[in-house]
Amino acid sequence: MTVKICAEGFDPWHEVQAYQNAAQHMAGKFGATSLFIGTMRDFNEGDDVKAMNLEHYPGMTEKQLEKIVAEAQQQWPIIDALVVHRVGDILPNEPIVLVAVWTSHRGDAFDASRYIMEALKSKAPFWKKEVLKSEDQRWVEKNTDGYKR
Amino acid sequence: MTMSIKVRYFASLKESLGRSEDDLEFEGIATVSDVWRRANAGKPLPDNLLAAVNMEYVDWNSIVKDGDEVAFFPPVTGG
Repeated sequence: MTVKICAEGFDPWHEVQAYQNAAQHMAGKFGATSLFIGTMRDFNEGDDVKAMNLEHYPGMTEKQLEKIVAEAQQQWPIIDALVVHRVGDILPNEPIVLVAVWTSHRGDAFDASRYIMEALKSKAPFWKKEVLKSEDQRWVEKNTDGYKR
Repeated sequence: MTMSIKVRYFASLKESLGRSEDDLEFEGIATVSDVWRRANAGKPLPDNLLAAVNMEYVDWNSIVKDGDEVAFFPPVTGG
């Protein structure tokens, strides 16, 4: 299980490929890999957004993410998991977060990655500040519930 | 015994307070609420503020101890 905070841009596809290739213990064992990638939009709340800064609480972020992954491990038979999250200055179309979960069967992979992502949204100490097209800056006040449709 | 407590603030709270941390000393027993009141006397408590001690979420009645790092911050918005 690995949790990573990136101050620079990252390529989620490369991260997953490199992680899977390096994890020899998984070879032949996993039948399902679930990936979630969150990417920055150029709009929010009806406004054009041209950039964003992601602040975090170094140390607590890693601690909370590791705890969330451990909670998921207690609920589902996870073979391995990778969580990568960006911090710093971000532009539209750049990836913000990657959650990858490897399991034997698909149900566990879907459910565990969903759990990790929703818990990250409500517990991991990150904060987004948007720069709008008008140059105004504003803090994103809260995350929405991902289970609500 | 005198307790030393490090207080940290993040995001919009840090901006509105105009500082990112405080170093406080307490005599006797103090809770997380006491830490907020001492550090920000007279300032109303922002809605939905979260508190952590040594990087774990706590409720406002938790007792702090010497050397603790207490953090206050708004709802998180990562992902």
